Formats: sequence, C-alpha cells, structure tokens
Amino acid sequence: MNAPVVSSRMNVPGAGNASSGNALELRGITKMFGALAAISDVTLSVKPGERRAVLGSNGAGKTTLFNCITGDFLPTAGLVRFFGEDVTVFPPHERIRRGLRRTYQISSLFTGLSVMDNIYLACCGVSRNRFSLVRPRPDDALLQAAEILVEAVHLTADKDRLVGELAYGQQRQLEVALALSGAPRFVLFDEPAAGLSPTERADLVTILTSLPAHIGFIIIEHDMDVALRVADSVTMMHNGRIFKEGRSDEIESDPEVQELYLGGGHAHH
Amino acid sequence: MSVADQAPRFASPVDHRMWSERIPAPWWILGLILLLLPIVANNFWLFQIMGWTFILGMIGLSLMFLAGYGGMVSLLQMSIAGLAGYMVAILGPSGAANVSLGLSWWIVLPAAFLIAALFATICGALAVRTDGIYTIMITLAIAAAFFYFTRQNYSIFNGYSGFNLVLPPKLFGVNWRDPLPFYYLTLACAALCYGAVVYLARSPFGLALQGVRDNPRRMAALGFNVTAHRVAAYALASVFASTGGILLVWQNAQIAPGTIGISSAIDVLVVAVVGGMRRPLGPFIGAFIYVLLQVFSTDILGFFGFSADRFKLIIGIGFLAIVLFSPDGVLGLWDRWRARMAARKAATTGGGA
Ligand SMILES: Nc1ncnc2c1ncn2[C@@H]1O[C@H](COP(=O)(O)OP(=O)(O)OP(=O)(O)O)[C@@H](O)[C@H]1O
Ligand SMILES: [Mg+2]
Repeated sequence: MNAPVVSSRMNVPGAGNASSGNALELRGITKMFGALAAISDVTLSVKPGERRAVLGSNGAGKTTLFNCITGDFLPTAGLVRFFGEDVTVFPPHERIRRGLRRTYQISSLFTGLSVMDNIYLACCGVSRNRFSLVRPRPDDALLQAAEILVEAVHLTADKDRLVGELAYGQQRQLEVALALSGAPRFVLFDEPAAGLSPTERADLVTILTSLPAHIGFIIIEHDMDVALRVADSVTMMHNGRIFKEGRSDEIESDPEVQELYLGGGHAHH
Repeated sequence: MSVADQAPRFASPVDHRMWSERIPAPWWILGLILLLLPIVANNFWLFQIMGWTFILGMIGLSLMFLAGYGGMVSLLQMSIAGLAGYMVAILGPSGAANVSLGLSWWIVLPAAFLIAALFATICGALAVRTDGIYTIMITLAIAAAFFYFTRQNYSIFNGYSGFNLVLPPKLFGVNWRDPLPFYYLTLACAALCYGAVVYLARSPFGLALQGVRDNPRRMAALGFNVTAHRVAAYALASVFASTGGILLVWQNAQIAPGTIGISSAIDVLVVAVVGGMRRPLGPFIGAFIYVLLQVFSTDILGFFGFSADRFKLIIGIGFLAIVLFSPDGVLGLWDRWRARMAARKAATTGGGA
C-alpha cells in the first residue's frame, strides 16, 4: 500500500516560486451569486505540505471556496496566489498544470470509459502528451503512472471495468485517484469520505496520510474523526465566512466549536 | 437525445494482440469484397457509385469525428472539403487558365490541405465557443457565407462558373480518372481515413476529445485546455474532409459554387446521421444508401410515375424515419438486430438445457 502514489517525474511550471512562503494564499475572496454572498471576504493561507480541514454546515460556502481556488468560478473580489503566483484570473487548466488538483463532492467521472482510461486521461492532462496522436505502447510512462495510481486506490481488480458499473465507494476512490495524477503539489478534496462505509473510510484515511509529505491539501469533511486524523489544522466556516482557525487539537477542545459543530456527538452526554 | 449519449466505447488503451488478430473476420471479408469488386462490377458502379460513396463517406467521416467523438455538430465539413477542392483547381491547372496558377501537384496538394486546415481552424475557433444548436447555426452561417462568396468572387474562385477540366496528375503514368484506378484510389483513401479515425479514437488526443464531449469541466480540472482541444479536432477533421473534397473535384473534373451549397452541407449531415454517428463506419454506410437513392431514384420514381425531383423527398422521409426509430442510424438498427438474435439464441439454448 505504501507504493509511491505520486511520481515527481514531471516538471511543474512555476515551481521556482515555491520558496516564497505559502502554497496557497487567499486574500479577501468574495463570491456573489446574484444577491447571495456564497463566501465573503475569506482570507486564508496554507503552507506547502500543510494539511487543512475545512468544516462547516451545509451551504457554508466550502465548495464555492474550492471553485474559486480552482478557477471553476471567478471570485467577485479578492486574490488567489498559488505558490506565490497570482492565479486569480487563470483558467482552471493553467492552475492544474501548476500542481493544483481537486476532487468533486459529487463524483465527476467519465462513466463511459474504463477505470484505467479515466486515470490515464488524468495522467495525460498534466503531461505534454495531451495532444499526442500516437497510441500508448505497453511500456508508456503515463500508462505506468496510471497503473501505480490504480493500485494506490485499490482498484486494480476493476481497472478494465466501465466506471459507470462501479460501486459508489469505488467511484469515490477513483475520484481521489484522478486528483493525484502527475506531480500534484496541492490537492483540494471535497468531502471524499461522504457516503463511504467504515472500512472504505479507514482506507481513505490511509491513502491520505501516506501521501508524500510535500503534498499539502485542504479537505472538506463533515466527519470530525476523519478530518482530525488527516489534518494538522482546521478552518471553520459559517455563512460564507471563516469564524475560527487553529490546530486540530485546539479546535477539537474549543468549547464554542463543540457547541456549534460537534453538538452532542463528541464530548457531551 | 444528444449525440454524446451514443458515444463509442472501447476497452483498454493498450491491446497486446497483433494488429492482424485484432481485425475481426467480417472486416477481412468486406476488405476482400471491396478489393475484388472490379471483377464483377462495371465502370458505372466503380466510378459513380462506389467512388462517390467513398468520397461522401470521407466528408461524412470528418463530421462523425467532430460530432461522435467531440460532440460538435458542424455543418462546415462540405465547405472545408470544397475549399480543398477549390484550391486544387485554383493552384493547379484547370480549364479556367486565366485564373488557375497551374502549379505542379506536389505544391498544390499540400497547399490545399494546409489552407483547408487553416480555414477549419479559424472557423472551429469561432464555433467552439457555442454549444448544441448554436454550433449548428454558426457553422451553417459560415457555410452559407462561403457559398455566396465563391459565387460572387471572380478573381480567385471564378464566380458562378467555377473551374472545369480539373484533372488528377498522371502519376506513375496512370490516368487516375479511369474508373478502375479511380476506384482503387478512393478505396485506399477511404480505408486510410477510416483507419486513422479508429486509431486516433484511442490516442491520448482522441480519448481526451471524448472526455471533453462528456465532461468538459472535469477535463479542465485534469489540466486539459478544452477550447484548444476542440479547435484542434476541427483542424484534424479537415484532413478527412479535404481528402474527400480533392477526390470529388477529380471525379467531377470540375468544381463550382453549387458543389458547396447549403443543400450539400446538409446532405453531409444526413449521410452521417443515416449511417450512424457512433462509429466511423456509419458515414460510409450512410453515403452508400444516399448514393444508391440518388442514382436509382429516377428509375424507381419513374416506374411509379413520379418525377425524379422527388428524390429529396425519399431521402427526407428516410432521414425522418432513422432519426425517429434509430438515433444511432442504420448501424444502430444492425446492433439492435444482433442483440435480439443473441438474446433469442441464449433463450433457446437456455430452454434446451
Ligand atoms: N452555481 C451556483 N449558483 C447559485 N448559487 C450557488 C451556486 N453554488 C452554490 N450556491 C449557493 O452558495 C451557497 C454555498 O454553497 P456551497 O456549495 O459552497 O456550500 P457547501 O459549504 O459546499 O455546502 P455542502 O456542505 O452542502 O456541500 C449555498 O447557499 C448555495 O445555494
Ligand atoms: Mg459542498
């Protein structure tokens, strides 16, 4: 299981800027949908290799925040820096090519293609091969990278099956695999554990904790257990704003947080 | 139902079998029949029916590539084919000696492909910003504009009369417009284009094109430039259209605005839809049906006492029937028939056991 999940073979453009501080830096990000402020004035920074959990109730704006970071939406106001580079108005693919990755809350896969094809596509997307008109040979480097990823998310037995035929949990695993292609430097996981069985959850936690140390991530997670096990720090969101940030252990014991978020589940009763 | 729903599906990207083992038996038989057809078929069949089928099939194939794999229904493919054909007439020798430049074929042919590809790229860049019905509208508008332009422009396109006496070069001492050589020429080109599309569908570019069709947002989140991919597909598809267009000019020995009119643009769509847009074979089947109807409808209609103009009516009714009953075209009907046979066979063997 501890096979190297992610290769560092590929050159990442903009990698030279990595020395200057943060992997991800958000300044005053606001996103309006008509009159609704889905997120307002969010300022956040995450260091390279740092693992951050984002918690918050439904509609708090967590997914919208991800969409602003990846460029799926342009923020109404604010600035996004990725490893020191201002990427606020970059199209999504430019950010991905710089080492940003994401998963989707609702699986967004190619259901008509096989598992292997899905992962192979993800590997092509971040390589120069994406326009290649030549079919891969069996020893193709990207195919081998795809094989490693298939194994890393435990889908080897199903690698030739159509994705549409997979069980829900397997689709979630594939969703994670797609975000680990190439040489990721920072990954956004949007509720990867939602709907998984306890075994699958444990599996996911192993995959996340055994990622190479230089890969930082933000994970949106409702399950406090999963979140606190994989993350060093926590950001709490409510109504589109950040209302608390801190180390995982601080947040866990914070009475206000327990009141608001954990409710009775953890400490009380 | 959108084209995307009938997308071609494939197994793993790497197939370890020898290429000869990968081709199923029916294909070998079809290939053999096509190769040996000149033994039984007369010149009319070879030149008019089969030659035209292959040509129309290649132009339809370029649409199938864009629509089936890329989800982009373009009505431009006849214009692109026509532009390549026009370039052969303009740059090479023709009966309109005052306009044609008379350059030799080894300049003319690459130039024709390049100019058509450039045109396809520019039009593609305009069209890919739109979706669905708007793609159809914008490509139709460009096709119409190009048609009227060729009709009114005399300095380059020689206006209404176009070009006559556009003949293929006598390479290897063969007159390629003779029925037998022309049959094999078009057959070889069609087979190459067909093979290229089948091959490309499994290349990283082809896979990504299908990904862009099914889920552009996810493709962008995997690092693909969705717009660039779509434009590149237009450029690539132009190669198949241009091959058909150049052969078409040689077959007719002439080209005029009528060749690239709106009705021809729509005929290409009809051909691809009737045959089936799911697979590269579809347009060739569609073209064969179209050509048979076009050529023989005069006799059939005449037999029943109708005018030959009603040919379009038959095509139209056939088109409607196909769209209504089999969105995958004739090949879709074939698939369903085979599935039903397989099910019946399974039922009888299951019942016997
Ligand atoms: N594309 C959109 N158009 C309009 N409103 C949107 C859009 N996306 C999100 N919203 C709204 O923005 C707010 C924040 O939504 P968001 O999806 O970011 O919440 P979330 O924190 O991810 O919630 P959940 O836990 O349910 O996933 C919600 O009120 C939602 O209705
Ligand atoms: Mg969400």
